[in-house]
Amino acid sequence: MKPMNAQVFEMTDIDIAWCPGCGNFTILKVLKQALAELEIDPSDLVLVSGIGQAAKTPHYFRTNLFDGLHGRALPPATAIKAANPALTVIAESGDGDMYGEGGNHFLHAIRRNPDITNIVHNNMVYGLTKGQASPTSRKGFVTPVQVNGVFLEPFDPIAVAVALNASFVARAYCGDAEQTKQIFKKAITHRGFALVDVFQPCVTYNKLNTYNWFRENCYYLDHTHDPFDRDAAFKKSTETEKLPLGIFYINSEKATFETNVEANRKSRQPLYQHEPDIEKMRSLIETFKGSA
Amino acid sequence: MSKLRRPGSRDNVSIVLCGQAGQGIQTIEFLLTKILKLALYNVFATKEYMSRIRGGANSTEIRVSSKPVRAFANGIDILIALDRGALTHIQDRIAPQTVILADKSDAGYESQYPKCDLIYVPFTEIATQIGNKIYSNIVAVGTIAGLFDIDPGLVTNCIKRFFSAKSDHIIQRNTAAVRQGLRIGAELLKSLKIRIEVDKDPAVADHILLSGTEAVALGAIAGGCNFLSAYPMSPSTSIMVFLAKHAEKFGIIVEQAEDEIAAMNMVIGAWYAGARAMASTSGGGFSLMTEALSLAGMVESPVVIHLAQRPGPATGLPTRTEQADLNLALYAGHGEFPRIIFAPGKLEDGFYLTQKAFNLADKYQLPVFILTDQYFIDSYYNTPAFDLSAVKNEKHIIRTDPDYNRYHLTENGISPRGIPGWGKGLVCLDSDEHDQAGHITEDLALRMHMVDKRLKKAVSIKTETIPPELTGPADYKNLVVCWGSTYNIVHEAVRNTSRDDLAFLHFKQLHPLHEATVDYLRKARKTIIVEGNATGQFAALIKLQTGIDIENRILKYNGLNFSVEELTESLKSLLDKE
Repeated sequence: MKPMNAQVFEMTDIDIAWCPGCGNFTILKVLKQALAELEIDPSDLVLVSGIGQAAKTPHYFRTNLFDGLHGRALPPATAIKAANPALTVIAESGDGDMYGEGGNHFLHAIRRNPDITNIVHNNMVYGLTKGQASPTSRKGFVTPVQVNGVFLEPFDPIAVAVALNASFVARAYCGDAEQTKQIFKKAITHRGFALVDVFQPCVTYNKLNTYNWFRENCYYLDHTHDPFDRDAAFKKSTETEKLPLGIFYINSEKATFETNVEANRKSRQPLYQHEPDIEKMRSLIETFKGSA
Repeated sequence: MSKLRRPGSRDNVSIVLCGQAGQGIQTIEFLLTKILKLALYNVFATKEYMSRIRGGANSTEIRVSSKPVRAFANGIDILIALDRGALTHIQDRIAPQTVILADKSDAGYESQYPKCDLIYVPFTEIATQIGNKIYSNIVAVGTIAGLFDIDPGLVTNCIKRFFSAKSDHIIQRNTAAVRQGLRIGAELLKSLKIRIEVDKDPAVADHILLSGTEAVALGAIAGGCNFLSAYPMSPSTSIMVFLAKHAEKFGIIVEQAEDEIAAMNMVIGAWYAGARAMASTSGGGFSLMTEALSLAGMVESPVVIHLAQRPGPATGLPTRTEQADLNLALYAGHGEFPRIIFAPGKLEDGFYLTQKAFNLADKYQLPVFILTDQYFIDSYYNTPAFDLSAVKNEKHIIRTDPDYNRYHLTENGISPRGIPGWGKGLVCLDSDEHDQAGHITEDLALRMHMVDKRLKKAVSIKTETIPPELTGPADYKNLVVCWGSTYNIVHEAVRNTSRDDLAFLHFKQLHPLHEATVDYLRKARKTIIVEGNATGQFAALIKLQTGIDIENRILKYNGLNFSVEELTESLKSLLDKE
């Protein structure tokens, strides 16, 4: 059999809404490559997104897509996976969407642990609304709204995910396509909730965190880091002088949401094949007649 | 020698039990309605309670009747008081003929209620002798059952069954408590202090006894509901509890979401992947769902929403009832998209309408509401068993072809709905305006086609609107209009007026409004709306859609449902003003 070509995910005749040089292009490209290398068929894949420039990614993909509301990608992604566990589900959006508007869902999706991949394009700025601070903007970042610079503590998705004992926690940098692809592949094949926070320069609205800045301020975790050691992962996640990239933490012990759901309902059948059992229904109604 | 009391009549006796939260009033309600039903009495029960876990004052009314009885009445024939303090907020309902069975250890009723007819019963004393005063509610159950002269074997079996999951020790003590109660009841009968004369009804044997919660939840299961996501909120939580209890048997996913926003977005995701999903909430929770409701409108997702109303605005009165969220259900969600709103009146409506909601949501790919309220959710009565042969689970999803377009433009606006993973096609949804394939677009001509497509479905759903139900003479001169949970109260009140020129029209579908509404209203000389809100929301909707003013209004918004007596009086005084 011939290996799958990333071409299967290509859309024809599309007008991509991203700025030239945007980090989104690399993420789009390497995600297609990662999925092709994993032989995931477009019809068995669902991309779920919210609103924003990153959230447009599924529209440039030939696959099933659920492009819902701003901040709300994780709840439908969780439900889609639970309703039909045979599907590969990826929830993809930006830092404002996932960590700001959708912050509560982010916390609880980690707790619920559905077997989905959560890719967050993290450019530390709001692009589509023209340059306001995002939850991950660095302190001092000046914007048309944060005129004296951001003074809020930046949201740290990696530290939060490790603190919540997430199943898989990684950070990538889209300037390094090959490493990003490898991390995506590991996240997609991981059984459980897999977070990949992807550093991505915004060439239009973020003049602080540029390609150069990321190159100078990031480094890869090496073999000395044990991703199964939660304390070590937490320590790495709070480093600020230089920002680590790679797989921070893996917890393979956790049962997925779908497994727990299956155990509760005593069935693995996808919901679209489910029929109410009329005989059981009849006997349940019968119990309301009472018996002494 | 003391006098013989004959509370109620051969047709009807109304029993009220009151106590603090935590004294087990709900257990008494649950057990007594079951026992009385098995003893072939018609029963109706409803409760009112405070938003707290312990203390305060809660009460339950149980009406026992020779004929079907299905509405709240204000009058009390027998009052069981487990706590004197709990009496204060229902003291207006105590009449000279009310017989109070009061706890002996809680003396002082004479000074506080000098006119009441008192019989002291040592509920707490007996319970304490058995081992703990918490058993006093079970002594009360036995006492009432004894007054009705119900077979002690039937009563003790019910108790054993109810506590079957508990330890032998607890079962024994509760059985002892109920036996002592039965003995007290029998002694009261024998000593000719009290006699209950209500007749039995053999037809009750084949009936089911259930609550509004159970009717709606059973309807959901019958409708093929296999996914429920909700956040706890009174009075809607009981639906989630019921479905969780039966999740394993019926293969249902029940997930408590982090908030109502997540709940509604999960429901839409579940439908997208082929589930039949429901959200269940109350007003405040539904407010959080409205953004996602609009998403359902845009992506043309089926959604079933059970909205159990309670008084607002904001947190309002958390454990009370109101019919004030009709406008919310009607107008919630930004943008324009069609929807269907049901409001069950009878318990059977709760079952059949909820079942039907799943079929209609699936067929027309839009939100369908089941609008109930605390009164409906918390009321019980016996009713003929639901007919499952009348129930059909209609699925409308298709297996997709490779060239599948989710929003294929059709004559009636309904595009065949595929799901991911079934067939060779791709299923694409977008909350932005989209093309036929489901991809984002800013083509403004296409935008108009898509708006028209979505709104065309409103034409189709009109053809399936459930007509309002007229009760009373066809040649009526006066017409009462009501909707949702007031059905049975209005029914009894209208009957009590004994007028042959009065009929009532009940709506269980509020939107779209059935076109027969105009003719019904035009035929009446005098029209009266009965609603559990302060502004007459349904009357305003009728005016908007038909141009007809309903000139007389009976509105209630203190947090309680109407009583049969107050509604009877209001109707009489309106009708006598001629």
